[in-house]
Amino acid sequence: MDAFLNGFAVVAQPDTLLYCLIGVLIGMLIGVLPGLGPAATMAILLPIVVSIGDPISGVVMMAGVYYGAQYGGTITSVLLRLPGEASSVVTVFDGFALAKQGKAGTALGIAAIGSFVGATVSIILLSLSAPLVAGWAVDFGPPEYAALALLGVLLVSTIGSGHPIKALIAASIGLLLATVGRDQFSGAERYTFGSLELSQGIDFVVVAMGLFGVSEILHNLEERHGKPHVPATVADIWPSRADLKVAAPAIGRGTGIGFFLGVLPGGGAVMSSLAAYATEKRISKTPEEFGRGSIKGVAAPETANNAAATSSFIPLLTLGIPANASMAMLFAALLVLGITPSPALVDENPDLFWGVVNSMYVGNVILLLLSIPLVGIFVRILRVRPAILAPITALITILGAYTLNNSTFDVFLMIAFGVIGYLMKKGGFEPGPMVLAFVLGAILENNVRRSLIIYDGDPTGFVKDPISGTILAAFVLVAAWPVAKTLLDRRRAPATTTPDRDHAGV
Amino acid sequence: MSDERTARGGPDILDEIEAEVAETLSEDDLPPGGPVYQTVGALVALAIGIAGLVLALDYGLDGLRRPGPGLWPFVMSLVITVLSLVLLVVGRRLEDSVSFSRSSLLPAVGVLTFIGLGVLMPLIGFEIPSLVLCVIWLRFLGGESWRSTVLVSVGTVAVFYVLFLYGLSIPLPHLLAF
Repeated sequence: MDAFLNGFAVVAQPDTLLYCLIGVLIGMLIGVLPGLGPAATMAILLPIVVSIGDPISGVVMMAGVYYGAQYGGTITSVLLRLPGEASSVVTVFDGFALAKQGKAGTALGIAAIGSFVGATVSIILLSLSAPLVAGWAVDFGPPEYAALALLGVLLVSTIGSGHPIKALIAASIGLLLATVGRDQFSGAERYTFGSLELSQGIDFVVVAMGLFGVSEILHNLEERHGKPHVPATVADIWPSRADLKVAAPAIGRGTGIGFFLGVLPGGGAVMSSLAAYATEKRISKTPEEFGRGSIKGVAAPETANNAAATSSFIPLLTLGIPANASMAMLFAALLVLGITPSPALVDENPDLFWGVVNSMYVGNVILLLLSIPLVGIFVRILRVRPAILAPITALITILGAYTLNNSTFDVFLMIAFGVIGYLMKKGGFEPGPMVLAFVLGAILENNVRRSLIIYDGDPTGFVKDPISGTILAAFVLVAAWPVAKTLLDRRRAPATTTPDRDHAGV
Repeated sequence: MSDERTARGGPDILDEIEAEVAETLSEDDLPPGGPVYQTVGALVALAIGIAGLVLALDYGLDGLRRPGPGLWPFVMSLVITVLSLVLLVVGRRLEDSVSFSRSSLLPAVGVLTFIGLGVLMPLIGFEIPSLVLCVIWLRFLGGESWRSTVLVSVGTVAVFYVLFLYGLSIPLPHLLAF
């Protein structure tokens, strides 16, 4: 309890508050502007986090970018039918329909209130459950970590968007890339091709900045559609009591769905907004309303994505396993600041742990206060042409990469990864699983090898150990799910011709 | 989840919404690339897998009791190789690739300006190359007017100068010293 209250003292420091404010503002901004997602923005900001120096401020800022983006993404979904964030895509259906009926303000107001409720309830649950999970996991040894990291990589690959086989290939290549450099056990050089720089290993900040940041910048350059968007005018943000009454149950359900899906690796904000919307439509007595301006259709996904954004901090802060690409960037930020996220974090570094958790209470209040009255300003920001922002982000990225080690080697390596990421998207491969697997790669390899030494070379040890055995059983279930689903679908519809999607599901 | 269907008895609602989402997102996108893109993608992955395998053998696998430096990369490369072969067979008709077009030249020019900045920055400082990058991106890649190009370029470089050298005290190579 003391540590918890101390956390607020940490947040109340002017420096931390300032970085929290900067973080949520940047988050909201990139949420509003279609193009860069939160993971890419966090990747680009990594060098700046390093130069801030203070781990708490840095991580508080990065966290703010992530949950701030969930608020911002709504605005463009409602006003422009252009989701600023992947997690606000379903909001487009009913949000834009409401905007066309002149109720854009109501949609935005409900979304902001739902977001705040979802996030805040989720933080309370996080504050209560995280120390318990961490306490339980603190005795984890190499086999448990190996199993957990493996499950994380698999879940991110199969649940996330994109074809599962392609995602698994990308993840495996990420794991392979993580082996570049000097082997920690034997000192042997692997995949370095005689390069001195490569023998130090590839810096994950460089990989993330390239695959997320540079590739998205290049992608946007190609996809850009010249003219600025002119959004509808917004009036009457405060929703009426009747609207709130309709939205309240959806907000409640969205919070629950978001919290639980957010904790799952690979779940996160995108998945939970879809699931919350689907649930509302499924249990509704009037499902035909959805897509034509249902308040519930805005409230549920917007609540769920914020609840999930918050709860996805749990696996990172308690187990040291990032649940999605944005959490992988936070993980990277902690590592470059010299802190390895693990179950011991809450005990060894209570200021950081509670500082970050409690900054989310503060950040969400700031976001609620900003998002309702400042909607007009954010709407005006939408008029800034993407062409003007592109070189600014490009410069931040390159100069940032240089400052990591004051070397142009990093810059060129980042550009190379940027081109790889761009080409991957062309071929239908998502770079997300590759980055996440790369970040987890060293943990996974080291723990597998340590476990094998502990088990004296007997790989069945992983299964015999109760905890890692359970985790691996979950692994098998996740791996088998797409196959089982395809078979089930085929049995359900034996008469219809099999569409391509079925092949894709295998 | 088995009995929860839509009123019309169609497929699962979640699948339906996901399809709708994909459609919303893809409206403005370039068309998919087709089987050639899929095959090339799978072949590149296959090549990475095989190269990884060959090199890993060189590093030494040893046994499970004392895993050698090559064992883990060998297993990963094996997974890549097998999955790429599967993808080569089942993935031909996927539609998740994005075709190249004339506007793919824009990112190509963008990459060249990135490389140029990387090469020139240690030699002549970051100011002039950054300015040139901004001008190319704004005027030629972005189609901005000369007026806004000049204003935004000079403004951006000036802000970055102050931000990096004074705000964050990061010693970027620079030409101007005050």
